[in-house]
Amino acid sequence: MSLSIRHSWFEATARQRLAGLLDPGSFCEFLPPAVAQPSPHLAQLDLPGAFDDGVVVGAGQLGSRQVLVAAQEGQFMGGAVGEIHGAKIVGLLRRAVAERPAAVLFLIDSGGVRLHEANAGLIAISEIMRAVLDARAAGVPVVALVGGSCGAFGGMGIVAKLCSAVVMSEEGRLALSGPEVIETVAGVEEFDAKDRALVWRVTGGKHRYLMDDCAALVDDDIAAFRRGSIELLDDWQETPDTLARLRAKQARLQGRLSAYGRCRDGLEIWAALGISEPERVPLLDCDELIALKEGLPT
Amino acid sequence: MEKLEFKFPSQALLAAAPPALCGVVGSGNLEILVRSGVDRQICEISVNTSARGFGETWRAVLATFAASQAVGGTSIAINDMGATPAVVSLRLAQALADYRGGAQ
Amino acid sequence: MNAPLPRVWDSLRQSRGKRLERAASLGFGKEIPVDRIIDLLEAVIQPGDRVCLEGNNQKQADFLAESLADCDPARINHLQMVQSVLALPSHVDLFERGLASRLDFSFSGPQGARLAKLVQQQRIEIGAIHTYLELFGRYFLDLTPNVALIAAQAADAQGNLYLGPNTEDTPAIVEATAFKGGIVIAQVNERVEKLPRVDVPADWVDFTVQAPRPNYIEPLFTRDPAQITEVQVLMAMMAIKGIYAEYGVTRLNHGIGFDTAAIELLLPTYAAELGLMGKICTHWALNPHPTLIPAIESGFVESVHCFGSEVGMDAYIAARSDVFFTGADGSMRSNRAFCQTAGLYACDMFIGSTLQLDLAGNSSTATLGRITGFGGAPNMGSDPHGRRHASPAWLKAGREAYGPQATRGRKLVVQMVETFREHMAPVFVEELDAWQLQRSMGAELPPIMIHGDDVSHIVTEEGIANLLLCRTPEEREQAIRGVAGFTPVGMARDKAMVENLRDRGIVRRPEDLGINPRQASRDLLAARSVKDLVRWSGGLYAPPSRFRNW
Repeated sequence: MSLSIRHSWFEATARQRLAGLLDPGSFCEFLPPAVAQPSPHLAQLDLPGAFDDGVVVGAGQLGSRQVLVAAQEGQFMGGAVGEIHGAKIVGLLRRAVAERPAAVLFLIDSGGVRLHEANAGLIAISEIMRAVLDARAAGVPVVALVGGSCGAFGGMGIVAKLCSAVVMSEEGRLALSGPEVIETVAGVEEFDAKDRALVWRVTGGKHRYLMDDCAALVDDDIAAFRRGSIELLDDWQETPDTLARLRAKQARLQGRLSAYGRCRDGLEIWAALGISEPERVPLLDCDELIALKEGLPT
Repeated sequence: MEKLEFKFPSQALLAAAPPALCGVVGSGNLEILVRSGVDRQICEISVNTSARGFGETWRAVLATFAASQAVGGTSIAINDMGATPAVVSLRLAQALADYRGGAQ
Repeated sequence: MNAPLPRVWDSLRQSRGKRLERAASLGFGKEIPVDRIIDLLEAVIQPGDRVCLEGNNQKQADFLAESLADCDPARINHLQMVQSVLALPSHVDLFERGLASRLDFSFSGPQGARLAKLVQQQRIEIGAIHTYLELFGRYFLDLTPNVALIAAQAADAQGNLYLGPNTEDTPAIVEATAFKGGIVIAQVNERVEKLPRVDVPADWVDFTVQAPRPNYIEPLFTRDPAQITEVQVLMAMMAIKGIYAEYGVTRLNHGIGFDTAAIELLLPTYAAELGLMGKICTHWALNPHPTLIPAIESGFVESVHCFGSEVGMDAYIAARSDVFFTGADGSMRSNRAFCQTAGLYACDMFIGSTLQLDLAGNSSTATLGRITGFGGAPNMGSDPHGRRHASPAWLKAGREAYGPQATRGRKLVVQMVETFREHMAPVFVEELDAWQLQRSMGAELPPIMIHGDDVSHIVTEEGIANLLLCRTPEEREQAIRGVAGFTPVGMARDKAMVENLRDRGIVRRPEDLGINPRQASRDLLAARSVKDLVRWSGGLYAPPSRFRNW
């Protein structure tokens, strides 16, 4: 049965994702574990660090294109961004400005700032935001790949949306405040973070694809992320944002807020989009959902 | 957190190789970095672990590893988040195989 | 000589008649309005009655339990509760509020700590902690209920009941109560014109009440494949190759837990590669575990009889009626009493996990300050000396235990544990916590789940110990130490003796079985997520939303 030959992106480590994403044997790591330093902040808090501080950066080839890559490890502290972690990503993006690779692939798997490192983590995230925009301004597309167990939340949710495009799987999640944060702040009546199906209907890959928040939806499979990234870059022309384009985007978002702002669930939004059986959306496979979206009134 | 340092006599590993990393510092898991060491007859192991008070268990697990495999001439560093001895043994075997693979 | 006093031979019937009269005088017919249930309970239940509140680890007569707990203790008191589980807060409320005083039961799970406190305060008298089969047996001997409060899916106007896939304990309870002068009251989820099928005939049921919400069902047997570890995969490979294949185990029961879920998910991959399809795991006494779906779809499984159902599995089961037991209406019929009987007498193997194992192989899930009970594991995890029919697995185990001239076989009773649990708690111990629990509770026996003399094999990440082949208590102890890993019990082994046991095949390491621990990868699992299980089921399995990430 073909089910057993899938290699789940959701389940894989950052290093396994990179190994399957890039052309075989092409990956070359910058600051590999043997020369890197674990976080000094975590050590002060009496917590064991990771040699790579939870992010792998380097260069490789994707379908013979030269690319730079950063992959966050969701299993280490929820992929949270600390000082060294952030500095590695910022350094990589600055290198992209200097080297002009075909793209930067950013494998996001993170709840946002590493709270243990407080201000250093916050500064790191804002530096990443600036560096993403600088790389794009230099004409280097930055593509976010979101399909890990931690999704892209908090500051990393913002970073994902600053990228040129987002490739997601259904299992991926993308939002600003995480479900637990919303429940804690606004109460379980507002959002039940334990209702996993609801969480995915509101933040998951299918919803993001239907809302045009991601450019491509792929299966939870490392090879599918590879194919999706290659196809995206085949057609991609990085064009810097102009004031007029930003204004148009802003207008679209305001229209979205007034159309769906009162909805309580992805189901209501999907019905409003014109989907006749919205409750069937979570059951559709990736290709069926893409076909469904193509058939929707625009 | 507890820092532990061990040195075990072990049969020499045939050839030095590029460093190899195995595992992730996640709950109940650990990462192991194998590098070439100084003394060809000794396996040096340093451990950072989140669980305090298991020094003797670590010594027993690592001594068994060093006695049953030729790992002389390696220096092994471990970051641990409460892995059980079963997981530690499995990762050590995987890390060593990765390291040996790099020596081919 | 004085003539003996004339004896009344139908006091139970007379008592039943008076209770029904009291209910009728209050204007009650067979269908009870939901807002008057307490009036009915106070009319038909008398102080000192034996009352069975239906409930198990899945279905619960939760509305009737809450209603009984809200009755007036001045009118209803000194009840003797006879019930499978003490699982809901309202079950414990009965004792705290002075309605009930004595308890005979099987399992307490989440209420274990509250129960232990009540025992220590002497506010509850525990008759005995049973296995399910023992308790059902006693319903027909000396613990017959005067009143049974049960849960059904639906009732029709006559009072016939449809139990749905979660039949569970209901037939055993109703049979004992209705045929010994008792009163049967059913809470139902809905009233319908015509039932899909009749599971309990109307003349065994005295009253029905439509509950304000459907009875609660816990998805207890759903294990997310995403949480199965590599070490569990390794142990599952060892169990399949070293036990299932060698004994040719076809009829079996699995405990709940990730260890056995891993075995279920390795059947279509690892076991199939070993050529074991059709040779092992064909007939099961098992709840409908979602993790069994890939093995069923691969053609490994011929038949599954269930104790109860599992949330989300109904459509899948109905579409696989060759495998599961289903009614003429298409939906499943489970039955705990019959399935436990199958597990005790008709299975060649039980395999399950535990929290503690001692040097004699005794196991216990009891921890200090909690009385949790037994459920059904001790029946399935015991060698039934009354068994007479032979099977290859049973005979081979018997010959290993008693020699080539054996006149009986042996059930395989396998304990599968990692040497350490979470937070580095060792599973192997010199003394079970159960002994300390016995002393602090003043119980007659320590709550041992599976007795060491019933255990045939212990599987850990370090190896398999075959206790059948041990000839002395000392060999047995060293065989257990020999697979106890780096626990203090394991490190205190006699190394030479363990190596000797290994030479004799009593202790076997992964490499002795031709298994390289590095092969133990989650890639071997036929499903690695709940979503994979849905795919295997062709979309028929509908997991509860807490198990979904889509």
